[in-house]
This record gives sequence, C-alpha cells and structure tokens, in this order.
Amino acid sequence: MATTPTAPKTNRLGLSVLDYRGGKTTLCAGCGHNAISERIIDAMYEMGVQPERVAKLSGIGCSSKSPAYFLSRAHAFNAVHGRMPSVATGALLANRALMALGVSGDGDTASIGIGQFIHLMRRNLPIIYVIEDNGVYGLTKGQFSATADVGSKLKTGVINELPPIDTCELAISLGATLVGRSFSGDKRQLHAMLKAAMAHRGTVMLDVISPCVTFNDHEGSTKSYKYMKDHDEPLQEINFIPAFEDIAIEYDPGTTVEVTMHDGSRLRLRKIEEDYDPTNKVRAITRLNEAKEGGEMLTGVLYVNTQAPTLLDILNLTETPLANLPEEAVRPDPSILEQVMKELQ
Amino acid sequence: MATTDLQLHASADRPESLPIVNNMSIQVATVNGSGSQSSNTVLLRSIFQMGIPVSGKNLFPSNIAGLPTWYTIRANKDGYVARKKEIDFLVAMNPETARNDVMSLASGAAVLYDQPLNLSSLREDLIFYAVPFDSLVAPVCPEAKLRKLVKNMIYVGVLAKLLDIDRVEIEKAIHKQFARKVKAANLNLAAIAAGFDYAVANLAKRDPYRVERMNKNQGKIIIDGNSASALGCVFGGCTVLSWYPITPSSSLAESLIEYLRRFRIGSDGKATFAVVQAEDELAAIGMVIGAGWAGARAMTTTSGPGISLMSEFAGLAYYAEIPGVVWDIQRVGPSTGLPTRTSQADLLSTAFLSHGDTKHIMLLPGSPRECFEMAIEAFQLAEQFQTLVFVMSDLDLGMNNWMSEPFTYPEQPIRRGKVLRREDLERMGAFARYQDVDGDAIAYRTLPGTAHPAAAYFTRGSGHNAQAQYSERPEDYEANMERLHRKFERARSAVPGPEILTESNANIGIIAFGSSHWALAESRDQLRNEYGLATDYLRIRAFPLNHEVADFVRSHERVYVVEQNRDAQMLSLLKIELDGELIARLRSVARLNGLPLDARSITDDIIAMEGK
Repeated sequence: MATTPTAPKTNRLGLSVLDYRGGKTTLCAGCGHNAISERIIDAMYEMGVQPERVAKLSGIGCSSKSPAYFLSRAHAFNAVHGRMPSVATGALLANRALMALGVSGDGDTASIGIGQFIHLMRRNLPIIYVIEDNGVYGLTKGQFSATADVGSKLKTGVINELPPIDTCELAISLGATLVGRSFSGDKRQLHAMLKAAMAHRGTVMLDVISPCVTFNDHEGSTKSYKYMKDHDEPLQEINFIPAFEDIAIEYDPGTTVEVTMHDGSRLRLRKIEEDYDPTNKVRAITRLNEAKEGGEMLTGVLYVNTQAPTLLDILNLTETPLANLPEEAVRPDPSILEQVMKELQ
Repeated sequence: MATTDLQLHASADRPESLPIVNNMSIQVATVNGSGSQSSNTVLLRSIFQMGIPVSGKNLFPSNIAGLPTWYTIRANKDGYVARKKEIDFLVAMNPETARNDVMSLASGAAVLYDQPLNLSSLREDLIFYAVPFDSLVAPVCPEAKLRKLVKNMIYVGVLAKLLDIDRVEIEKAIHKQFARKVKAANLNLAAIAAGFDYAVANLAKRDPYRVERMNKNQGKIIIDGNSASALGCVFGGCTVLSWYPITPSSSLAESLIEYLRRFRIGSDGKATFAVVQAEDELAAIGMVIGAGWAGARAMTTTSGPGISLMSEFAGLAYYAEIPGVVWDIQRVGPSTGLPTRTSQADLLSTAFLSHGDTKHIMLLPGSPRECFEMAIEAFQLAEQFQTLVFVMSDLDLGMNNWMSEPFTYPEQPIRRGKVLRREDLERMGAFARYQDVDGDAIAYRTLPGTAHPAAAYFTRGSGHNAQAQYSERPEDYEANMERLHRKFERARSAVPGPEILTESNANIGIIAFGSSHWALAESRDQLRNEYGLATDYLRIRAFPLNHEVADFVRSHERVYVVEQNRDAQMLSLLKIELDGELIARLRSVARLNGLPLDARSITDDIIAMEGK
C-alpha cells in the first residue's frame, strides 16, 4: 500500500477510529463499562459500520449511560428503566435498515426489565443486546442485583442468599440466536465476539462481566477483576473473519468449529473444551448449568444459530424502512374507501 | 315519569287502532355465547334498511359464555339513537334473568318469551306472547348442537310478523351477515320463516308497536366506532401498531389488522405495516415510542388499566418529544371496574398522565365518523407537535353499531412535521434538537439512520439542553419546560375546535363531549318541548380546550357540564382552564352506572337544578 506512515489509519469506509468515538466518560476510573465502550468502538471501526446507521439504545443505570461514550455520530435513545427492548423493537419496526445496539445492565435487564428482556429474546429481533453485568446497582450505591451469585458479599458485609438469574441460559432457551458471555478484561475475546455480533442477523445477547470498581470489586465478590481472572473458563479461542476480508486460512475441523454468518463472514471457534458444540441448544444449557455447579465462569460463544427467521422476516416487512414510505404507499386510494363504505351500507 | 314516556306507554287495553309507529326500544335478553349477536344484527340491519333511524347497544358481561346479555335496539323516527331508559318490547330468552327483566318493565310493554319460562302469570299489565322455541327449532335444524344458535334466529321471524318488519329486508340482512356461507344463510332463513309462520298462525297482535318504511337512512352506513377508528388509522398512514388485548379496545386492533392486511400489502407482496402483539401495555407504548422516534406513524390501543401502565412512558414521550397515538376506549374503573361497561372517566388521569409537569393532547370523538377523522388527525397532530396524542373513545361508541354518514377521503396530505433530512443538514451544517428555531416552540428533529454526520442526537428522559446534552442547569431545565408549555398552548388552536349549536334567547348552556352527544341532542329537545327551556350546546372535541369554550361559558348564565363519570372530570379540566368568574357558572351533570347515558336522566337532572 502506498500510504505514508503519518497518514491516519482508516477503515473500508475511509473513516478513522476517531469517527467512532463518543463523549468523555463520566463513569468511575477503571469501570469495566469503559473497556466495553472501547471494544465497541474498535469493533465498529474494524467492521466498517457506517456510524449513522447505528441506533444506540439503553435503559437506566451506569451501563445505560455508556452509549454517550461511543459513536457520537449515531442516534441514541436512553429510555426508561428496564424498557429499552420495547423501544428498540419499535425503532427497528420503523426502520429495518438500522443496526440496533442495546446496552443494558444487570439491574436494568434481570430485575425491572426481565419481562421485556424475555420477550425480546423470543422475537429474535435483529439487535445486539449487551449486558454490562457487575452484579450491583451502581447509581443507587451498591445494592445487589438479580445476577449476583449466592454467597457473594457486598462491601457492607451483606451476603446474597438468592440464586442468580442466568441471562445467557434464558436467552438461549427463549430464542436468541447468538449468545455469549465475556469479560470486560478479556480484550481479545470480547472484540471478536462483538464483531461476530455485528455480522449476525437475529438477536445477539452478550452478557459481559464488567466489574464495578466502586461497589463490587473486593474480596468476596464473584464479579471482581480478581475473581474473573481466577475463574474464567473460555470455551474457545475466537477468531472472526469478516466477509470483506477475503483471507483463506487453513483450519483443522477436528479442533475448530467454523460458523458462516448471514453476511458471509466466518466465525471460527478453536475449541478449548473439546466436545463443546455451540450449535446444540440443549447441550449449551446443560453445560451452563454444569459450570454453575462447578463454580466456573464459562465464557465464549455459548450458542449460535444463523438460520432462524427474525421478527422482521415473520412480519413480511417491505424492504423500504416503514418510516420512509411515501404517502402513496401508506394511504390507500379513494376507491378503496368508497368500496368499504359500500360494504357497510 | 315525564310526559313523553307516558305517551309512549300504552296500557294493556289500548285499542289496536292507535299504533305507535317507528318509536320503540326492543330488548333481547339472552345468554352470552348463544349466537344472539347474529340475530340482533339482522334485526338492526333490517330496520335500518327500511329507512328508519336505529341503534343497537350490547350490554354484555365480562365472560365468554353462559352469563346474561342484553341487546337493545332502538328505532326512532326522529333520529334519537341514544339509550332509552324504558323498554317497550322485551324478548325474554334467558331463564336466569327473565323474571327480573319482566318485573322491571313499565306498564303496557310487550313481552315475547320462550314458552317454558311461563312468564305471563307474573304481571297483568303487560302484553305477553309465548313461543315454543324448542319445538320450532327442531324441524328446521336437524343438527342438535346448532339448535342453541338457530333458536335465537326464530325470534327474528316472530318479531318480523309482530312488528311488520319487511321480510325482504330481513333476507338481505341475512345474506349480508352470512356473506359467503350459503348453508348457514339458508338454515337461518328457515328459522326465521318458522318463527314468522308460527306468529301468523298463533299470535294475535295486541301491542301497539310497529315499524313502517321511511326514507331517513339514504346513503348511510352502519359501523361500530372501533372499526371506524381502525379505518381512519389505515387512511391516516399508520405503519406500526403495537397492542395488548384489553376489552373494549381489542376490536379496534383486530379490525385494523384486518384492514391493513386487505389494503396495505404492496405490489411486492410485502407489508407496509408492522403489527406486534406486545407482552403488556408497557411494551406496547414502548414500541410506539421507539417507532415514533425512528419515524413511523405508530399507535397503540388500550383502555383504562393500560393507560395506567403507560404512565411512565407517556412522560418520556412528552419530555423527549416523541410522536405517537394512543387510543383509550374507556371502560368503567377504578381498577378492573366494570370491564364491559362504558365510561368517560379516564379524562383527568390521561390529560396529565405521568409524574412531573406533564400534559397531553386528547381528542374526543363523538361518533364513528369522528373516530375515522380523528384517527387521521391524531397522527397529524402527533407529528406536528412531536408528542403523544390520546384519542378518548369509549365502549359505547367503540363496540356498538351506529348509523353514520359515509366517511370522506382525507383532504390534507400526510404531514410529517419538522423532520430534517440529509439535504437539509447539508444546507444547514448543524442542528440542535431542542432549539426553538421558528419561535413556535416546536424544534426540528432528525430520524435515526439519516446519513449525515451532524444528524445524530441523544434522546433521553433526563434533563437536557437545546443541544440534547445532559444538563442539570436550572436555566436549561426552566427554558425547556417553558418551551414545552408554549408548545402545548399552541396546540390549543390547532386541535379540533368545539361544535356549537345555538337556539334563540337561550341563556343556559350545556357542555358535553364524546358519546354523550346523542343523549344530549335528545335531552335538549325534551327540555325545549316539555319544559320550554331553550339551551345552547357546545361539544368539546379536544384538550387543551379551544378559546371558544371560555367564550361560550362567558355568554351564558349557567352552563351544565354533562359527562359519564362520578367526579365531574371535564368540569375539573374547565376549572383549571377558565377564570374564576366563569367557573362559578358551571354546574355538573355527572353520572356513571355502567349504562350508556340516556336523555331522560340529563333532562331530569337539569330540570331539578333549574328548580322547575
């Protein structure tokens, strides 16, 4: 390539990584959410996603503030607590050409928003739904959320007695078609999973453990940096090869699962756990439960299905975004009204 | 009892030579789930086709099958279609309610009943006709399990004979009812013939009620308000419907789905609309708001309990300025209340739905035709003012059949409000979402997906400045709320104005709205004809109230505010909006018992307060 070393690096759209930046974060220094924002910026940049095509959606909470910190050139909607899924659904019905990126937290999803979360998963709406999961409510100063593990301890010494809701298990059993768990501290894994998410057509649900440095990063917490480093059990080594990068790399089908995404991209999963098949729904749920019993934190691509119809397919929606349809497409002719009036006479 | 009712109620020994023509109310008492709806619709349509003004009101329980249902058909030569308090002709088919139904009739009324019920011994001042329905239905309907349904068609035949309903019109109505089901049509026609023949052979006419062909319904249609609303949504360019089933609004969504499937599939075979049955009303309104934000003409349809659930989202739409349309087909609250009965009791809770300083535009349709027109208008206003518009229909209007002038095609093109496209941004360079550029308090918006680097903004329900940035600055908050207030004030003259009817020398005014209109029109005639009381009438059609409302109150000594709720909710809204001196002129006629408002109750209340 004839570029000089000083020229800014650009992606396939000719945009630099700066075009994917957002406002300055107001979250705590070291917050896992900031690392996730960085991964989103990098993945969007590398995938060459037009920022204006993206709709960022969130609910309420620390996590839900984070869309302000990436992709300033994309429209954003900070909705009410726990109800981002319905707003995202409406937005995609109005404009199917949008790439919807929902950012939620464990409180926003697993407590107040569990109903909408469940129904979003059922509909296989084409959306990337990221849970920035730290097991506590940050903005209200450190109460447990519904993803906190049994025995996990708050700074105040309070121990969580109730079983956690496993959002990944729910998502898989309800109909989400790309489900994964990652860790904000695992740059490489999260980056690859986000890129795969952008190539997927259907509901992507990523539960990203994202430690809260202020309220839940101490000894006794199961959502701390240290705990994750000690217990993280990656299922695979993940490589993502976008459709526009026509690279042929050999792989051994015995040790690697390759999934061809809707847009022709390839998700290559080199098995760390040898008999794990991420296209097997029942096995995925069983394995999650086994991990829970054994105190492991499974990460990686838990489940993928590239064939299931999305809500937009089921609705038989016209290709033109509904928001852009001209009057002649949405207001029937006078003759139609006359016909109906005649029928009612 | 007032004078007109006396003249309507003949005594049992009234000579047959004085018939009462085209002025009666027929009540059919059945069990729900017994197919009586078809029979009653056929009756209604036959009388309608004879050119006689008619209305039908279904009083049904919150139940699938087995509980009592009453259907009232009122035929009236003067065009009164509101519920009439008194029943002139009872068809008693339900053993459970028959005794009570008979005991509550006024003297002189007629009763057609199922013979085994043995009702004739109950009273001596009524006219009884006994019909052995079971023995009549067996020969026409060999299939035993259909008999329960067909039995109800027999009373149509008996009434046809007793009331002189034209059998040609009945046949037409049957063919309309069972359009493509020839077998069903024939079965029902046979049942009608059996009833008719039985009446010819066995029943001597002793009551004074009969119908006679008129020519008052030329060009008119029969439609329920919910179907009319649905049709308006189709022609209003609705593209997204999200809804959660709730009586009495479900039939609006369902007939909208039907119309959309018929008329809004493009030449590519693809839908130009999206319908989602949401998991609850919170999700339903959330989808409307997401879709409105992204540029669709989005709507939901619900009733009181759903409105309550939508409260938080309604505030978000108000504050973040997102268009959307919400239909409230009002039923009786509080709580589950009387889910299958009509009311106008959601006004206050809807006008200010949500926490903080929030207020909403409401449209108040009074007829199916207005349901159609306001469906279109609601989308226009929502996009013009970038806010939710609530259309406040009710169960009586929405679920009952009404005669109506045919609807006319919308004259105004679809207006999408202040939306900046890519070309606009190229010209302007920059844009601030909540900046009052034009001085009309309505800011410009862009839609997600607009391919221009300056198009994006951050939508939030938290405090924001003109640039849509997060802000807790007191000046930003105040400026924004002041602009929202000015925007609402602007809506005052943009929403549909009131309809005003005056008489000469009236110093008494009446204010009403919505479906109360029909009882009110009749009540004004009663006040004038029976008591010599001339009244002017203003029908409010929207909130915020148009300036003409204050002018109307100013020009009358006393103004009666008529509404179907306990707490005088419209009067409360008037109190908020009018000057103190005018408030003192307002009197309340607020009634709610679950039955549609009737003229006599209004008349009696006003006369009592007038001290006459």
